[in-house]
Amino acid sequence: MSSIPHDHATGHAEEPPHAHDDHAHGPHGGIMRWVTTTNHKDIGTLYLCFSLIMFFVGGIMALTIRAELFEPGLQIVHPEFFNSMTTLHGLIMIFGAIMPAAVGFANWMIPMLIGAPDMAFARMNNWSFWLLPPAVILLGVSFFVPGGAAAGGWTLYPPLSTQAGMGMDLTIFAIHIMGASSIMGSINIITTILNLRAPGMTLMKMPLFCWTWLITAYLLVAVMPVLAGAVTMLLTDRHFGTTFFNAAGGGDPVLFQHVFWFFGHPEVYILILPAFGIISSIIPTFARKPLFGYASMVYAVAGIAILSFIVWAHHMFTVGMPAAGLLFFMYATMLIAVPTGVKVFNWLATMWKGEMTFEAPMLFAIGFLFLFTLGGFTGLVLAITPVDIQLQDTYYVVAHFHYVMVAGSLFAFFGGTYYWIPKWTGTMYDERLGKLHFWGSMIFFNITFFPMHFLGLAGMPRRIPDYAQQFADWNMVASIGALGFGLSQLIFLYAVIKCIRGDGAKAPAKPWDGGDTLEWTLPSPPPYHTFETPPVIR
Amino acid sequence: MVRNKTGNRAGHRHLRTAFAAMLLGPGTALAALEWNLQTPVTPVAQQMYDLHAFIFWVCVVIFVAVFGVMFYSIFKHRRSVGHKAHQFHENTTVEIIWTVIPFLILLFMAFPATKTILAMKDTTGPGLTVKVTGYQWKWSYDYLQEGFGFYSNLTTPLAQIENRAPKGEHYLLEVDKPMVVPVDTKVRLLITANDVIHSWWVPAFGVKQDAIPGFVRDTWFRADKPGIYRGQCAELCGKEHGFMPIVVEVKSKGDYAAWVSAQKQNAAAAGDDPNKVWDPKDLIARGEKVFASNCAACHQANGKGVPGAFPALDGSKIVNGPEAAQVALLLNGRPGTAMVSWKQLSDTDLAAVITYTRNSWGNHTGESIGPALIKTARQ
Repeated sequence: MSSIPHDHATGHAEEPPHAHDDHAHGPHGGIMRWVTTTNHKDIGTLYLCFSLIMFFVGGIMALTIRAELFEPGLQIVHPEFFNSMTTLHGLIMIFGAIMPAAVGFANWMIPMLIGAPDMAFARMNNWSFWLLPPAVILLGVSFFVPGGAAAGGWTLYPPLSTQAGMGMDLTIFAIHIMGASSIMGSINIITTILNLRAPGMTLMKMPLFCWTWLITAYLLVAVMPVLAGAVTMLLTDRHFGTTFFNAAGGGDPVLFQHVFWFFGHPEVYILILPAFGIISSIIPTFARKPLFGYASMVYAVAGIAILSFIVWAHHMFTVGMPAAGLLFFMYATMLIAVPTGVKVFNWLATMWKGEMTFEAPMLFAIGFLFLFTLGGFTGLVLAITPVDIQLQDTYYVVAHFHYVMVAGSLFAFFGGTYYWIPKWTGTMYDERLGKLHFWGSMIFFNITFFPMHFLGLAGMPRRIPDYAQQFADWNMVASIGALGFGLSQLIFLYAVIKCIRGDGAKAPAKPWDGGDTLEWTLPSPPPYHTFETPPVIR
Repeated sequence: MVRNKTGNRAGHRHLRTAFAAMLLGPGTALAALEWNLQTPVTPVAQQMYDLHAFIFWVCVVIFVAVFGVMFYSIFKHRRSVGHKAHQFHENTTVEIIWTVIPFLILLFMAFPATKTILAMKDTTGPGLTVKVTGYQWKWSYDYLQEGFGFYSNLTTPLAQIENRAPKGEHYLLEVDKPMVVPVDTKVRLLITANDVIHSWWVPAFGVKQDAIPGFVRDTWFRADKPGIYRGQCAELCGKEHGFMPIVVEVKSKGDYAAWVSAQKQNAAAAGDDPNKVWDPKDLIARGEKVFASNCAACHQANGKGVPGAFPALDGSKIVNGPEAAQVALLLNGRPGTAMVSWKQLSDTDLAAVITYTRNSWGNHTGESIGPALIKTARQ
């Protein structure tokens, strides 16, 4: 470590003097700063930039899908390529955009929120990030191998995925690598939260974002190996003559679905819980009131996490389970509405009798609350097994999970970015752009996805490149909305780039008068190393 | 691009209808746009429909109540109207209330749902049993008690899909031979698949059951009204997943009995004489039809295949090589690829399609393969 040049004198004027000043060091210059960095802020930035790029890559795939579905008939792509688009859109948005964004927020914010100097395993942190680019390169290369990219849906159900070409093998390896990255990132977050809290920062004093991430990290450690196991069995079925999922050799294709969704359902909460944490930071700040029911919020998140392990088969109500199975998974799934409801009510109670202002972060938080709850209601509709029989694998499901994933996770990450970007860059974002981005996203999101409820109810299956005439009207509306939603995201890109370039008002240490967590005690942007002397928590 | 012009115009008309419908409200829109589940024609589908309506309205009421509170708060408790924050942040009583009340509401929803699940799973005492098999990419129906069966292929012409012809009324939802069942009869379906997972779904019947290769699942329906009901495969099954519709014709009991006896006669008559010596021209003409309904989805009508995914037959070594190898490939398939065994086709159909591929596009072997050869190869 001592071989790294010291430049702690630059830009660290605000840092309080401390005993180890001689060992403090700044970043490498140039590209090597990013390749070799072990700094949680740098790695957070890497994760967030990576996820932003993947968000646009996945978005272009989504627009390809919507362009093909603009009207009946095949116009733009072949069905096989269309299937690759739906598959890769799902994989890239989940593993490339949402999960890395959440880890990026965790890297930047968790040490600053609990008063830690950095993440617990700084070098492993670097390794977890740098595993991601090779993984997406594998996915990208898979488009150019014989047989093309994986086209069996992001769920990779065999025997369809056993039939596929080499693209499937590359996808399996990519999933292995991304899984390893997630597990290491999670171990890092768990250790950081459990061991590096500043004196006096008890678990029940932590900002809720740390709690939701702590629980998310446990979910990840529990289920990523399950996914790795499922895809490894797929790989050996494909190449080494095993028959885990092949009835001809005594296996069962449905076994894969059970194993996959044992990972897949907790995964859904992995994608949404960090978003809950961000919303729980934003709403109190802009309502200028403490979070209502902090303890019950923690218990609700824990309850959701535990229930998430016993509801997996609601993704497969149509495989032909016995009545007892259908009943158990229906009841368990319905139960999730209880802790989720508690969270929504607590957020509303936090807003109640507050002193609200509506800057971009708050707008996105309210948009989240409104649309995520709508997605929760359609989730309840889908939990009712007999209704799900009609809606399984239709556009209703597509609408449902985009309400919770896009209007849920993604809106929360937008809100979180506007909330913390003054801290990250030292520059205030352009409020006009932020508001424009919110209203563009809000309106076009609903134009895109609300009609999909009607399409699903009317009987349009998902993952089809062409459809019957009675679905034409709503598909056209959805495609127009998708284009608008895509263009709205360019506003976000522009607003973020403006902040990074320092084009805007200089951000004070505490740009939001309602903020009372530790990150606002640091200057904006924070020095390269923070809290080398732990803060005192009363 | 010229061919798209009419399509675009039709599209704009659709869009105008859509916006007009949104402005005028649901009452007038029903004619133009689909909003809800399809009209049920079985008791189970009716229960599903009612259950959905019940839960939908419960959700609407909760939604209005919860967000009424939120918007009230947004308008009243804001800095711009001078509201000052009250610093309360805990109340155990309200926490208990908003945990218990949703739980009770859920109980009210679970009760009728449980009854429907039990009805849905009760496949006992059927009047008719039909075995349904999913293939890439078509369905087959076997009437086990009657001893006949048939395949059901999409009939929408490629020209309509590729926008070279105007689309018909039942675009993508039409087949050559629909499944036929009698009205007011409990029909038990035994559902399985030949290759990958498919899902047999007819919304009007409230039946959606995955077809799993190697396993047989059962489900049932009892249709109340004669008519033609349409559905689609609901589980992604490869590139033609969007092109394997399900059509069920519900006939009166008398019409159904007449249909069954006609099917039995056809089955007896249709058996081709495997020793017939064919005129190569007739064989090629028949082969072209067999190719179009079974092979063209992958190998393409022009025999060029899809590079990287499905091999070309035009100029292929196997098609232009010894005939025995091609016959063996069609009978056995190639494990691990999308090329499955086609032994379910008749000897004559196989002979015809092989003859067709060996004498089409750039292939000019000049050979004519007789059904007798296939018959021998099967043994």
